[in-house]
Amino acid sequence: MKIMTCPLNGPRPVSEFFYWGEVRPMPDPDTCTDAEWADYVFNRNGAPGVKREWWCHTPSNTWFIAERDTEKDVVLKTYFYQGDA
Amino acid sequence: MRLPATSGEWIDRSAPIEFKFEGRSYTGYTGDTVSSALWGADVRVLGRSFKYHRPRGVLSLANHDTNALHQWGDQLNLRADVVPLQAGMDLTAVNTFGGLDGDKGRVLGRFARFLPVGFYYKAFHTKGLFPMWERMFRAMTGLGKVDLDSPRRSTPKAYDFCDVLVIGAGPSGLSAALSAAAQGASVVVVDENARAGGSAGYQIGNDPARAEIHARLLAQVSANPLIRVLTSTYAAGYYKDHWLPLVSAERMLKMRAGSVVVASGGFEQPAVFRYNDLPGVMLASAAQRLMHRYGVKPMQRAVVLTANADGYRAALDLLARGVAVAAVVDLRARAGTAATLVQQLRDAKVEVLMSSCIVEAVPGTGGASVAAARVGAVQADGSPAADLRDIACDGILMSVGWAPAANLLYQAGTKMRFERAVEQFVPDVLPDGVFACGRVNGVHELSRRMADGTRAGSHAAAAAGFGEAVGSALAPEVESPSHPWPIVAHPEGKNFVDFDEDLQLKDFHNAVQEGFDNIELLKRYSTVGMGPSQGKHSNMNGLRILARLSGKEPQQVGTTTARPFYHPVPMAVLAGRGFNPERRTPLHSRHEALGAKWMPAGVWQRPEFYQLAGKVRLDCIREEVAAVRGGVGLIDVGTLGKLEVIGPQAAEFLERVYTSNYANLKVGMTRYAVMCDEAGVVIDDGVVARLAEDHFYFTTTTSGAATIYRELSRLNTMWGLDCGIVNHTGAFAAMNLAGPRSREVLATLTATDLSAAAFPYLAVRECTVADIPARLMRVGFVGEWGYEIHVPARFGGALWDALMAAGAAHGIRPFGVEAQRLLRLEKGHIIIGQDTDGLTSPLEVGMGWAVKMNKPFFVGQRSLKAIASKKLKQQLAGFTLPPGYSGDVPLECNLVIADGDIAGRVTSIAWSATLGRHIGLAFLRPDLATVGNKVSIRLTDGAMVEVEVSPTPFHDPENLKQKEAV
Repeated sequence: MKIMTCPLNGPRPVSEFFYWGEVRPMPDPDTCTDAEWADYVFNRNGAPGVKREWWCHTPSNTWFIAERDTEKDVVLKTYFYQGDA
Repeated sequence: MRLPATSGEWIDRSAPIEFKFEGRSYTGYTGDTVSSALWGADVRVLGRSFKYHRPRGVLSLANHDTNALHQWGDQLNLRADVVPLQAGMDLTAVNTFGGLDGDKGRVLGRFARFLPVGFYYKAFHTKGLFPMWERMFRAMTGLGKVDLDSPRRSTPKAYDFCDVLVIGAGPSGLSAALSAAAQGASVVVVDENARAGGSAGYQIGNDPARAEIHARLLAQVSANPLIRVLTSTYAAGYYKDHWLPLVSAERMLKMRAGSVVVASGGFEQPAVFRYNDLPGVMLASAAQRLMHRYGVKPMQRAVVLTANADGYRAALDLLARGVAVAAVVDLRARAGTAATLVQQLRDAKVEVLMSSCIVEAVPGTGGASVAAARVGAVQADGSPAADLRDIACDGILMSVGWAPAANLLYQAGTKMRFERAVEQFVPDVLPDGVFACGRVNGVHELSRRMADGTRAGSHAAAAAGFGEAVGSALAPEVESPSHPWPIVAHPEGKNFVDFDEDLQLKDFHNAVQEGFDNIELLKRYSTVGMGPSQGKHSNMNGLRILARLSGKEPQQVGTTTARPFYHPVPMAVLAGRGFNPERRTPLHSRHEALGAKWMPAGVWQRPEFYQLAGKVRLDCIREEVAAVRGGVGLIDVGTLGKLEVIGPQAAEFLERVYTSNYANLKVGMTRYAVMCDEAGVVIDDGVVARLAEDHFYFTTTTSGAATIYRELSRLNTMWGLDCGIVNHTGAFAAMNLAGPRSREVLATLTATDLSAAAFPYLAVRECTVADIPARLMRVGFVGEWGYEIHVPARFGGALWDALMAAGAAHGIRPFGVEAQRLLRLEKGHIIIGQDTDGLTSPLEVGMGWAVKMNKPFFVGQRSLKAIASKKLKQQLAGFTLPPGYSGDVPLECNLVIADGDIAGRVTSIAWSATLGRHIGLAFLRPDLATVGNKVSIRLTDGAMVEVEVSPTPFHDPENLKQKEAV
């Protein structure tokens, strides 16, 4: 089982974590078209590569960002959310 | 036959064990395996092969083949070669028709030409014959008989940690353990054998110096406090970040290691010649194990086929233990490093034939033993010369090479390369923290294996944070221990490559000829390596044959994927003890005492209804409903998610996550709340209560509690609003006191003014009830005057008791989930997840009133805007059956049919005593959803029932029940 490092609790088995999905900026709901909005809501990029994702350490309810190379199956780094930038 | 006792043998001759095999009684010793005990008792046929039911004996004695699969009671497919002998064992060989000796299935061998390679594929080619083949295969295939009544075995799972995990306790593994421990790492060594030592314990070659190395390694390891050795335990697989299941007979131990040394050694490989599967033909290492571990004489007179120095040592071991060696047959032209061993053998008058091969093991009378080895010279192309000669013997040893036991390395993602210097695959690029040494690393000579282990142990310790990595990869072996082509063709076949699947050399020719010339295709078509031993003794020769037939290098042919597990792991070990935690509310014991019938609600246990003596379920539920409608009832709602959001921007947060307005909610009031996801789908509902300007208490559905809290926490993290969320779900008990008499009951327990003016519908009050600090909310979920009372969990029982006591005079009844479902249905209230699904928007379930599109933002708003601009596809509507209806009643999920097409489905339905008819909710095509319209529902059996679309709420549509009587 993989190890994921929670920025608060340190390295823990990945079974303690909840995976949410990629961090994706929300288009401005007031100005975007229906098509742009539908693309944001329904489509995900599954191509292998480096992903920036939301993860949660569930026993402590700690949300953080993990950067993962899904091609090599390696967690590159984890850190607390600092905004979308 | 047993040999005289020697020191270091694994059996205890003072502790004999009686056991039965195929109905006959035998005696073995404590420490024996089933096979060693049987071979020691001169039993030569231990099993029958899978396809042709050929007699089979010891091949590897190491779990690398499955010649001897036995069943003992409900334990099936025991691998006799490695299963410890136990008193009282009553074993039979699997896969026989009418017993091992008289196995009628053996006639199949004569029909071998009708069972060609790819038989299954070919058999099923003609559709019409499919049922016939299926019946035949079902009767003939499968190993062992499952006893469906066998009791469940409850095995524990254990968890452990170490700095360095070493797989294999042979000379390289033990050397690795010692050097890792010397650098300060805590080390665990795991080995599937009953004792540590590996080949150092039996590849002695009658050389005291080698025996001494074995003893020294064991002594050093056992004296080292940093090293733990787990024997009779195998590493079943490699999982990410050095996480390995270590499986023994009793349990699975999940080991997390800092780094891993794979010192798993090699599988000795059989040579391929005619009748190489006869009992008596065995791997050299198998004979050495029989002698050194179990004191069993493998045969009386042996011929040793070899292509390396190990074979000469095996011959010397045979001589030392009193076995006559008729000849040593070397496939090679020169003995190389074995020159001195050759001299020793010649001094002992043993004939040594160079550049020679065994063409055939000549069967003895009855065809289940060896009478001679038919030997000839090897020609340049590897084929035998015409001039052959029989050498009488009753056993043949094969020592022609090794295949790396690289299963775990492959699973860890190691890139392997074929190394001609040793004629085997070796690790080329190892993953971080994984190291290899010894035979699996292409290092074979004993002292070099130890040096390689010392190097790998040091590197592994350094990788785990202990000391500096010392040493670099060793130079290649000066000669290959494996022969590139230990294969002899024979016009009459029966030269087996895969003993599990009875695959002969010609099967490979045919498969390749038929176009299956890729290793993965060849495997599936021919089934090579697909038997229970998963190619441990057959993949390497299969690969060599394919390489030669397709004119490729082994590197180009490649290997098939090695997947967990290394050996089959019993289901009982995988299942463990089972762990299904359930949650109970603080009132669990109260419900139990009242006769609650439990039902699961997510992870919770909730009372479905309360059993009354002498009454059926439905009557109990109907009485509970009547109590709430006519008097007063009490239900535990402590499973609801109970959250608080506190802070200057708490209202802003709720505005964003719920569809309604909360900024304008007055302190002391509550409001219904609907939550959507980004697609505008309803995912949860609850009640939001404002306790102060900056303080809200709110509920979620029972099943949504954990996930909603988690997602709200994420949104709060992302938005960075000035507020915090607290999850009180387990910290509060909650119950709903409902019914026309509820106010009278509550009034006896609280000083709070309960008049409608002071405490109106949908208000929230913080006060005391029965001297318990409580939050009171006037709610109407079940359609009666009622209060949801939330108190700290530890007071839950006391409050329940107080309410039940105070309500006794009013006929209070506890009610369960079923009664609540009906009560809310009468009121037309929906349940998220029952009356909605993963695509339902609030607009489809009549909740448009709770969706405030004029807010700046809420989750799902943009999607709802898009949805609102389009025509609704369906709409939730109430329906009723005629009052006198006596036929079959639709069930939830029955379909609404209109114009021969699906036009909706039932989401809720129940008998309403209040209304005297069946009522329900259903999704309908919007044009059908007009009140008074008749629609047809198709029952499970296909019959149609007509129902009438009705307005909701069915009960108290004016909401008069929430108003004070005038």
